[in-house]
Parts: sequence; structure tokens; C-alpha cells
Amino acid sequence: MKSSVIYGLMAEFDDPSSLVAAAERAHREGYRCMDAYSPFPIEELHEALGSRHTRLPLIVLIGGLCGCIGGYSLQYWSSVIAYPLNIGGKPLHSWPAFIPVTFECTILVAALSAVLGMLALNRLPQPYHAVFNVPRFALASRNRFFLCIESIDPKFDLERTREFLGTLGPKEVSTVAD
Amino acid sequence: MSDIEDPLHAVEGTGTPPIIAPGHTFGSVTDKISAIVLTRRTPLGWYAGFGAAFLLALLLFVSLSYLVMKGIGIWGNNIPIGWAFDITNFVWWIGIGHAGTLISAILLLLKQTWRTSINRFAEAMTLFAVACAGIFPLFHTGRPWLAYWLLPYPNTMSIWPQFRSPLIWDVFAVSTYATVSLLFWFVGLIPDLATLRDRSQSRVGRVMYGMLAMGWRGSAHHWHRYETAYLLLAGLATPLVVSVHTVVSLDFAVSILPGWHTTIFPPYFVAGAIYSGFAMVLTLAIPIRAVYKLEDFITMRHLQNMAKVMLVTGLIVAYGYMTEAFIAWYSADKYEGFVPLNRLTGPYAYAYWLLIFCNVAVPQLLWLKQVRTNVVVLFVISLVVNVGMWLERFVIIVTSLHRDFLTSSWGMYQPTFWDWSTLLGTIGLFLSLLFLFLRFLPMISIFEMRTILPEAKVTE
Repeated sequence: MKSSVIYGLMAEFDDPSSLVAAAERAHREGYRCMDAYSPFPIEELHEALGSRHTRLPLIVLIGGLCGCIGGYSLQYWSSVIAYPLNIGGKPLHSWPAFIPVTFECTILVAALSAVLGMLALNRLPQPYHAVFNVPRFALASRNRFFLCIESIDPKFDLERTREFLGTLGPKEVSTVAD
Repeated sequence: MSDIEDPLHAVEGTGTPPIIAPGHTFGSVTDKISAIVLTRRTPLGWYAGFGAAFLLALLLFVSLSYLVMKGIGIWGNNIPIGWAFDITNFVWWIGIGHAGTLISAILLLLKQTWRTSINRFAEAMTLFAVACAGIFPLFHTGRPWLAYWLLPYPNTMSIWPQFRSPLIWDVFAVSTYATVSLLFWFVGLIPDLATLRDRSQSRVGRVMYGMLAMGWRGSAHHWHRYETAYLLLAGLATPLVVSVHTVVSLDFAVSILPGWHTTIFPPYFVAGAIYSGFAMVLTLAIPIRAVYKLEDFITMRHLQNMAKVMLVTGLIVAYGYMTEAFIAWYSADKYEGFVPLNRLTGPYAYAYWLLIFCNVAVPQLLWLKQVRTNVVVLFVISLVVNVGMWLERFVIIVTSLHRDFLTSSWGMYQPTFWDWSTLLGTIGLFLSLLFLFLRFLPMISIFEMRTILPEAKVTE
């Protein structure tokens, strides 16, 4: 089997509509291990590939809650337990004064989890990826749209998959070396 | 399709001008914006501008070095005017930054697609403005090498920051703001860095942009999480930007000083921040679009919309001035009542009247469509508003401090050479960073420009 040396087969399209249509057809055909590449986000594409929702919002919520609780606890602990000071007769636990910092900590940790969470779920930074072996793939960040069916897909067969991709009306089908 | 097309002039149709000139394709948008960084000759004006700005930035380094050697006695502020140019400049710069976040986050949530061609450099402006702002309180501490004492960390002195103080809130608000602005800007840049990586002809360019792009390949799964993260960041940045200037205003409002101790400060400061920020975006956008021939992307529609935002926020600020004076009188407190009288007729009356002229009188011209569509007049108004907003902070800070409850503690403030040189120096630093940004990074978000093209629509 050749599939150990090739990453997959890649079809190139001219416009977003053809790519979405192609992704839908490939999904209906039973292909699951595939990805589509576009120079800008296409809402429909994600669904066409049959993917589920991302867990990112949950990560951000947890991050925000950690920031909130952590920020408040820090102020409580330092103002009440570690370093109690009488400031203008205010109670040691003067919670209204602790709200701004709690708020800022919530935003800070939530924003950090949004960015780091997005990068981690996307497995970025990634210095090497097989799709870059196709020279024309440089246009994926300009004006071309690509659908790549990966060789690890159980339905993948070099000849038959190439034939199938040919029926989707691509500009070109290329083999992606791994 | 792959050739760079001639810049088409935005068609002045029957209604409003378009947000992007007709005839552009994915390819032409990509080429036109990336060419500024990758292939077009750097304009001579860039060298001249960067050179001049960098000279001013050097003046900042000299001023700060001298400050560290001698102490803050080289500035004119002294009791009773303990805050003067430094805090004025701090608030002014932070305020300028606010428009960047407003354009990138709030207008994104409100689905205002016209923001697309101005958000990138407005965000860059935010970052550089916050960097300039941070310098002032840092050096005003007098011992900037001990500034980390402001952060809560276990130390051998066994002391902790005083969390009931607005000044500590400020540390948290400004540092969070700087961090989130940087994240937002960088996340927005990732797909464009990948474009530059793929299009760069030089090895250095490919390696540098490649490392920064972190292997971005435009996968549909990635885009989905990317969009989610971007939207969440916008949702987080929106309350953040409101909180930052609110906290800055609380530095004043929580004190008991007449002229500072008012509840109008938070909304009035936020409106003022957006006002000055939009003025600065116009000040920068008008020359940039002319020099780099970006009239296709930054059209009259953008300039007019920004002018309208300025008009509205300017009116809110004017309302703030009136409320301040009214409440001072209505409070029947003689110390409060004295503040507006002193501002109108006291030794700093020239600053107050100039501020009214710059911030209230001149922007009323923006009611006229002829003014909103005249690029040169808009540019001049934006400069006037920048000056006006600086004067506003100066008036709030200095006139309130120089006449408080006891006549025995009245005084006057005179800026010294070093006060002026530090202010000019930060302007130099700001412009130097901006010139470097224009030269090395795409000043308009390429991937977002692709999404607003008609061919980006998916048809079944």
C-alpha cells in the first residue's frame, strides 16, 4: 500500500461555492478524514465537512471563572489575612473595592484562554505539515480553495479517490507527499 | 486575475460611497495590500517620516535617562500640583487607544462591515498608544526600577498592594488592556502573516513571517475555532475597554478634590476617549490612504462614518462639560462652585476656552456634509480635536489641583523643558512604531477584506 508515503489527495477549486459543494459530496460519499483549506473563513464549510462544534467557548468560560475566583481570592487573602490594614475605617473585607480588579482578572484569564485554547486545539504552532508539500498550496492564502482527503481515511484508495475528486470539477488534483 | 489592478476611484453614487471600490477580486485585494510590505518600493516619505519620528523618540530616551539620573524634580509638577503633564499625557494616550478597540471589537459585534479596512491599523494604534501611556505613570513613580512593587507577589518585605486604591485598579486595568489588545491584534494578524509567508520572495521574509504565522494553513476546522476565538475576544474586549477608562476616571473621582469628585466622570471619560481615539484614527488614516493609494479600501464612507462617530461622542463630551458645571452650582457647595468659575476666569482660563473651542465649537462643522466629505478639512478637525482632548485632561488635572480648599495651599504650575520633551518624545515613539508597522506588517486585514467581496458569498 502506498498510503504510508502519501498524506492524501488534494483537489483545487476556484471559488468558495465549489469547495463547499465538493466537501458536502465527499462527506456524503463517506469520506471522514479530510480537511478543506480556504483563504478566509467560510461558515458553511465547517458544517459541510460534518464537524462538530468546538469546545473553545467552554474553555474560555472556565478560564474566566478561574480568573474571577482567583482575582477575588487574591485580594481577600492579601487584604484580610496576610496584610490587614485599617484604611479610613473601612472593613478589611471591603468587597465593593475588590470588584474592579476581580473584573480585570476575569477578562485577562478568559482572553488568554481564548487565544491559547484556540492555538492548542488547532495544534499550532506546527512547523511542518504535509499540505505545504504541494507547491500550488501557497495560493490557499490568496485566492484558491482546496479539499484534501487524507490517506488515513478507511475509504481512501489512491485510484478510486482520485477518480472521485475528478468528478467534483476541480482545476487540478494533486498527490500530497507525506 | 493575478495582476495588480489599477486603483479604481470609489464611485460617488447616488447614495453613500461603497466600503470597497468595485472590480476587486481575492487576488487583487491580496496583492495590493501585501505588495506594500513585500514588493513595492518603500516611499521616500517613509524614510523622511521615520527619520523625523525616530529623532523625537531619541528625545524621549534622553529625557527619560535624565529623569532617572536627576529624579522627577526636572518636571514642573510639585505640591500642590502633584499631577500635571505626566498624568495628562497618560490619560490622553490611553484615550487615543480606545478607538482601536472600539473599531475592532464593538463594531465587529455590531456587524459593521465597514470597520474591516481600518481595524488593523487602529488596533496597532491602540498598542502603541498604550505603550506611550504606560511610560508616564511608570516614570512618575520616581523609581521605575521598583515598579514591580505594584504587582501582588510574595516578597521578603511581607507587604501587599492596597487593593482599595484606584491606583492599583489602574495597574490591573491598563496591563490587562495592553495584554488583551496585543492578543487581539496578533490573532487578527495570523492568517495575513501566512499570506505574507506564502508570497514573500526573500528567504528572510519567508522565515520571519513563517515563524510568526505558526504554520497557519487555512484549514476549515482551524477557521471555525479561529472565528469563535475572535468573536469571544471581541466580546471580552468590549466591556474591558469601557472598564479601562472608567478605572482611569476613578483615579480622580474617588478622591475628594473639588472638580474631581463627581459621578459623571466614568461615562464622560469613556466618551472622551472614543472621541479622541477616532480623531487620531482620522489623523493617521487620511495621510496613509493618500500616500499608499488605498482610496479603494479606505473610502469616503469610512471617513464619513468616523466623522459621524466623532460628532456624536463630541456632543456627549460637551454634555459632560455642562453637567460638570451645573452640578457644581447645584451642589451648593462653595468649593465645588468655585471650580467652574476658576476654570472660566482663573489663571488657566486660556486653556479652558481653547478646550471649548477645540472640542465643542469646531467639531460642530461636522454637521455639514460638505465638511464630512472634504478630506483636508476633516484632517484639520481631527488635529484640533486631538489638541482639545489633551487640553481637557490638562484642565481637569491642573485647575482642580491648583486651587483646593485652603488658600494657603494654592499654587501655580509651569511646564519645564523636560515636560514638553517627554510629551513630544512619546509622540515620536508612537509615530516610529507606526512607521515600522506600516513597513513590515499588512496595515489592512487581508483575509477580512476577502470576506466582504461579493464573490465570497457561497451559492448553492
